[in-house]
Amino acid sequence: MSQTHADYRLSQLDQLEAESIHIFREVAAEFEKPVLMFSGGKDSIVMMRLAEKAFYPAKIPFPVLQVDTGYDFPEVLATRDNWVNRLGVRLIVASVEEALANGIVVDDGKTSRNRHQIGTLLNAIEENGFTAAFGGGRRDEEKARAKERVYSHRDEFGQWDPKMQRPELWNLYNGRLHEGEHMRIFPISNWTELDIWDYIGREGIEIPSIYFSHQRRVFERDGMLLSESEHNSCREGEVVEERTVRFRTVGDLTLTGCVESTASTIDEIIAEVAIATVTERGATRGDDRFSEAAMEDRKKEGYF
Amino acid sequence: MSTTNMDLLRFATAGSVDDGKSTLIGRLLLDSKSIFEDQLQAVEATSTSKGYDYTDLALLTDGLRSEREQGITIDVAYRYFATPNRKFIIADTPGHVQYTRNMVTGASTADLGLVLVDARQGLTEQSRRHAVILSLLRVPHLVLAVNKMDLVDFAEDVYQKIHTEFTQFATKLNIPDLQVIPISALQGDNVVNRSEKMAWYSGPTLMHHLEHVHVASDRDLIDARFPVQYVVRPKSDEFHDYRGYAGQVAGGVLKPGDEVVVLPSGMTSRIAKIDLFDKEVTEAFPPMSVTVHLEDDVDVSRGDMIARVKNAPEPLQDIDAMVCWMTTTPLKPRQKLAIKHTTRTGRALVKDIQYRLDVNTLHRDQETKELGVNEIGRVQLRTTVPLLSDPYAKNRATGSFILIDEATGVTVGAGMING
Repeated sequence: MSQTHADYRLSQLDQLEAESIHIFREVAAEFEKPVLMFSGGKDSIVMMRLAEKAFYPAKIPFPVLQVDTGYDFPEVLATRDNWVNRLGVRLIVASVEEALANGIVVDDGKTSRNRHQIGTLLNAIEENGFTAAFGGGRRDEEKARAKERVYSHRDEFGQWDPKMQRPELWNLYNGRLHEGEHMRIFPISNWTELDIWDYIGREGIEIPSIYFSHQRRVFERDGMLLSESEHNSCREGEVVEERTVRFRTVGDLTLTGCVESTASTIDEIIAEVAIATVTERGATRGDDRFSEAAMEDRKKEGYF
Repeated sequence: MSTTNMDLLRFATAGSVDDGKSTLIGRLLLDSKSIFEDQLQAVEATSTSKGYDYTDLALLTDGLRSEREQGITIDVAYRYFATPNRKFIIADTPGHVQYTRNMVTGASTADLGLVLVDARQGLTEQSRRHAVILSLLRVPHLVLAVNKMDLVDFAEDVYQKIHTEFTQFATKLNIPDLQVIPISALQGDNVVNRSEKMAWYSGPTLMHHLEHVHVASDRDLIDARFPVQYVVRPKSDEFHDYRGYAGQVAGGVLKPGDEVVVLPSGMTSRIAKIDLFDKEVTEAFPPMSVTVHLEDDVDVSRGDMIARVKNAPEPLQDIDAMVCWMTTTPLKPRQKLAIKHTTRTGRALVKDIQYRLDVNTLHRDQETKELGVNEIGRVQLRTTVPLLSDPYAKNRATGSFILIDEATGVTVGAGMING
């Protein structure tokens, strides 16, 4: 007995990994039909990696679901396909464009495709009978998310009621559901943006190329740099120019801004994130800017 | 700054409504540079639009629309900050009405409890109650932060009086490590930087204490406990005979070659190897999530527990526990509930409610035979499945359980098994 307590130390990143893997296994054991929401962004890639580890050497025992806005970055979709093929998981694509065409969601000309994802996602969950949907939400992202449980109960309308959340004690998660209800599961709740980058660096895993510095034709709108594309035409006074940029988050390309950056390796990104003075969502997400409670309001309706 | 090799400390905050808890959390986040410009701007803009002449840092922590409307914190929130050596997870528990259940929730995973008192008020019923709950939940480290020292002219005798009173009270509780720190959250004295106005205080600042408090030895590394969570069976050509038992180590150290017993069946075998993803490891300890292989083909499934042959928990169906009740319909004898303990679930019948604990006076009320919302009491349960448990005082992971209302599916109780 020469070893001391200090020898049995796990770094915080290893502790976070162990906790997340425990959550993945718990859900796979207790829920009938789980699904992993997978956008191909950095957080959902970390989720995919954790799921891979949780069940290794068996395959991930549930499918992955991507809600395709039709305005996704091609580089992100390519990474999505590489991950799905390598791990041999089944990919389900819920298309916003199809949902619009089928009248499942309605385009009033004012609503963004990000909001249209809500109806599209809820429809996909209901149609497939999913009882648990893993999401890559982190509590450090946003103040409404800081309140979210790891197991987040949704009623049969897919709604979140922040006042009626179940207390969550120790690591004893309660997955009880009634017919038609489902649970949103957030295994990386306790991770921060920096943890995600450290983990991507440590694991050496593939992420979309647009996270690294590159040349891009962009224009400025509301203080954000948006990509020039066929879905995103310039308004009067907006000028397209080529800049050296990278993305901190990926989403609908009409709303997701990039930042000027020369960071071209994971280490350079980590150094940049460590001294960032603006949150990733504040810097680059147009969808959070509608009101102070934009995220909370969307989550109540069923957004993840 | 990379977080890869950092340590982790989870702490829960407690304190009553106007003791400056939000200000303190705001100060810790602000001084550790964990608040971003856009967040601060949003808070400043809201403060201005509400007509305040100061930046209300509480707006940083009150994340929900209804909380901002009422200016109160409704629910536990989790916040994050890091210094060069340690990452911190704060369970920010509200001091308001639903205190006990929220405190229990936040404290269940905490390494350290931080209780704030207002130097002008001294110890209140609320501070005593919070200390009692933290000690019941076996939070190993406690900090009593005597706040608002600026409002008592940074007087040493005010601090000493509170210090003495609390130390005397704490002897009745189980608090292995107590640190009392005089601070001013508003002005930043002794929070991150040492206060020149309190030269009489020679102890650490709050941040220094949070950064250096030793938590590695708080786990049980003696009694090996491995609740089986999931059986990994790939059934692929490459891994045809692979049969691994996945789970998170709840106690002790597991090593290949260890003689083990599988409970409740009582079958014995040896650990053949331990996998951590695609690598084999020579040992596994809490809180590692690993996959254990046994030498013999014994029947093992979710809900079973792997332990050492000469050191295994007793399977118990008659459970004696302290229960914190969390819902408005009272807990009564003869009630039936679902129970979740480690990876086991079953049903539980309330045989008796022995007493209700008054968390203010520690008085045991044996007259009242029910527990109302936010009340804690000693309860006897009979379970349908044997629980493979340890006393909570020995192991928080194998000594805890939750109770679930079978009709609503809601978590209604938190239990800690008595030894």
